Amino acid sequence: MTATIGHTSILLAFFMALCGVVCPIIAARSGQERYLSFARYAIFGQFLLVTTAAAALIYGLVTTDFSIKYVAFNTTRATPIYYRVTGLWGALEGSLLLWEWVLIIFSGIVARIYRDRHKDTMPWVILIFSIISLFFLGVIGFLSNPFEVMSPIPPDGRGLNPLLEDANMMTHPPLLYTGFVGLTVPYAFAMAALIVGKLDEAWIVSTRRWTIIAWFFLTVGNLVGAWWSYHVLGWGGYWAWDPVENAAFMPWLPATAFLHSIQVQERRRMLKVWNLSLIIIAFSLTIFGTFLTRSGILSSIHAFSSGPVGGFFLGFLAVILLASFGLVAYRADLLKEQPELDSMISRESAFLLNNIVLVSALFTIFLGTIFPLLSEAVAGVQVSVGAPYFNSVTVPLFLFLVFLMGVGPMIAWRRASWDNLRRNFLLPAAASLLFSLALFLWKVRDFLPLLGFTLLAFVVFSILYDTALALRARHRIAGEGILRGLVTLARRNQRRYGGLVVHLGVVLIMMGIAGSMSYSLEKEATLGVNQDLNIGNYRVQFQGLKGSQQPTHFRVEGAFRVFHNGNDEGIMNPALKFFPTQQAPIGRAVHRSSVSEDIYLILSGSSEVDRNQATLKVLVRPLVVWMWIGGFVIALGTLVCIWPMRKTDPAEP
Amino acid sequence: MPWRRLAITLAIIGPILALLAFGFTRDAHYINSPLIAKPATPFTIALFDGGKLTLNDLRGKAVFLNFWASWCLPCRDEARDLEAAWQKVKDRNMVFLGVALQDTEKDSRDFLKEFAITYPNGKDETGKISIDYGTWGVPESFFIDPQGRITYKHVGGIRAALVVAKLEDAAKGIVSAQEGQGDYQGVK
Repeated sequence: MTATIGHTSILLAFFMALCGVVCPIIAARSGQERYLSFARYAIFGQFLLVTTAAAALIYGLVTTDFSIKYVAFNTTRATPIYYRVTGLWGALEGSLLLWEWVLIIFSGIVARIYRDRHKDTMPWVILIFSIISLFFLGVIGFLSNPFEVMSPIPPDGRGLNPLLEDANMMTHPPLLYTGFVGLTVPYAFAMAALIVGKLDEAWIVSTRRWTIIAWFFLTVGNLVGAWWSYHVLGWGGYWAWDPVENAAFMPWLPATAFLHSIQVQERRRMLKVWNLSLIIIAFSLTIFGTFLTRSGILSSIHAFSSGPVGGFFLGFLAVILLASFGLVAYRADLLKEQPELDSMISRESAFLLNNIVLVSALFTIFLGTIFPLLSEAVAGVQVSVGAPYFNSVTVPLFLFLVFLMGVGPMIAWRRASWDNLRRNFLLPAAASLLFSLALFLWKVRDFLPLLGFTLLAFVVFSILYDTALALRARHRIAGEGILRGLVTLARRNQRRYGGLVVHLGVVLIMMGIAGSMSYSLEKEATLGVNQDLNIGNYRVQFQGLKGSQQPTHFRVEGAFRVFHNGNDEGIMNPALKFFPTQQAPIGRAVHRSSVSEDIYLILSGSSEVDRNQATLKVLVRPLVVWMWIGGFVIALGTLVCIWPMRKTDPAEP
Repeated sequence: MPWRRLAITLAIIGPILALLAFGFTRDAHYINSPLIAKPATPFTIALFDGGKLTLNDLRGKAVFLNFWASWCLPCRDEARDLEAAWQKVKDRNMVFLGVALQDTEKDSRDFLKEFAITYPNGKDETGKISIDYGTWGVPESFFIDPQGRITYKHVGGIRAALVVAKLEDAAKGIVSAQEGQGDYQGVK
């Protein structure tokens, strides 16, 4: 019954989406507005139907309705209720449904908010949304149906991959999907502008806030993924440059570039083609990411489910790229009039450089990701590139990006004068050099980390200095104190100050990455009872093994007493979990964070419980905790950017 | 219509799409092993029926090395074939060795009993052997010539006739450049 409701809803929604494709065309051709209303109602109808389908699947998962194959494969009777709900995105079919759900929610909001505006472009915006929705509904309805029934009904299900039974897995995929789907909004408006030939700044202004929201979700989605990797996978790292990780990260790069370069277009009417290309690339990469994870063309540590879906995604990707860039080429005449850069030393050029760096990073990561394919196609041998390649090419790029992050927001538009440069940068530069000297004298002696921390300090100092100047001005003009002044500044220029807060968050994340990349310690040893392992300022003493039978698995736990600088810091218990349905044991690493470093314990092997021997891997990773704090700072900055403070329409800041 | 722009765009997008489409013609899990025609990495393994076996002690004989696990369906599928092949060649200068990986000792023993396997089998306790041989999943089989060189690798289930044929090749030192493929199960 549940399955029938779900699948029928999807099929009905598919026909609604067809309606949503046809009606806007008639509306635009005939000028009859009722067809546009039909299209809008088609979107709302899809929203209701897809929501029904998603609710049906969630209901099936929660009530463990094993007559549905998807439910049987992704839950068991023992699965706690919240992990049953997250089973919605535990495998391919459900995650496609989630994607479509988020997409149709976004489409519905857009169709509702802009119901009385943008009369000329809206039909086409709805058309683009409907085409994308049609594609997903087609895949869900006909190719990878989450409501496929199973007979005979199995007595119990197979369950989620135990690694996915984690609180972060409840949030990571929806966050990432929201980010991916969010990019559809600026993309749809860009395409509509191209179709109508109305290529002023209107589409950028309308979608600015959407782009910021999408960017935010992409950032946080990736961070939560990194956090999950660090906390659950138990290898002590947070990023492995695996194809699937790259697929999630790549859209972030053009999206970030886009957020900056649209400011240039708004102010200077430059970079029109560039901005269109960036949003097309960013959106295509979200589809490419799904294609990559679902086609099995590259091998990855992430679970791949291959099937016929991959081919359809590739076809869809081809249509998007060809149609979008075809439109750009078609409208080339309208996109011409671009003023030249006035000076290389200006905010425009800083933003342009930022764009070049981000796109270069995208290019190198893309190349590295598909390199195994490329090498096999050209040379017949599969060669993959690993973390060393990615690190060596992206680290210099990102260092340069950090530098630009310090320069960009402060430098003058059009042409920076010496006076402007001196006023804005002399003190921050001097302060960061002093900071760097202090670091060097303390203990940071290697070039790259020293450079990295200096640049990060430069960003912080330049932001602080700029804000201090502005606060002083507020004090002079209105007698406002620091807090009051900050509020006024943020209200007056939300995007600027929100952006600066986001930059501070990025600095914290970079600091975590730089610290943990450069100064991590790692040691592994097999220990008997009361034996020690010394690493950095830590001494770890093995105290014994303990085995226990848990509801779903057998757990072997080691007790390790940790001493930091001689102080007893208590016992940490890394464990190995033996699931009957899994071939290899799953490690449960434990770690303890402080502002300066994390100590991370992995039980990599153990003897029989009574023989009391354990192989322990210990990592000391400096500054990691700042990555997660940086995520919160970014969230704060985003809120400052988009919080509806003035009495304007919520969609147009 | 600005054909030039369109051409440039196509020239960039086309090859990328073609490359991705090419991805469908192959399976990312099958990577030709770099070990073929190279000396087999030596190891010593504890056998299920007691005692130890060292690979280097088998010099002068053609060796069939098979990685398996009791939970793997293609391994069950090939098990009778392997025993049949063993019965055919055991009186010649040839050796079989099974290596169980990512398996519990009890399950492995039950498996050997179920299929009445008589050739030596041991357990890859630490996973080091399978890492050295770059196994991606099970079953995977390696053929080693009397000089200790790997002459052929077969990924996935293998049939008795092929085992015998490739062992005869190995005995003569004939190297097959191309890997063989059969049903395969990835290691989690």
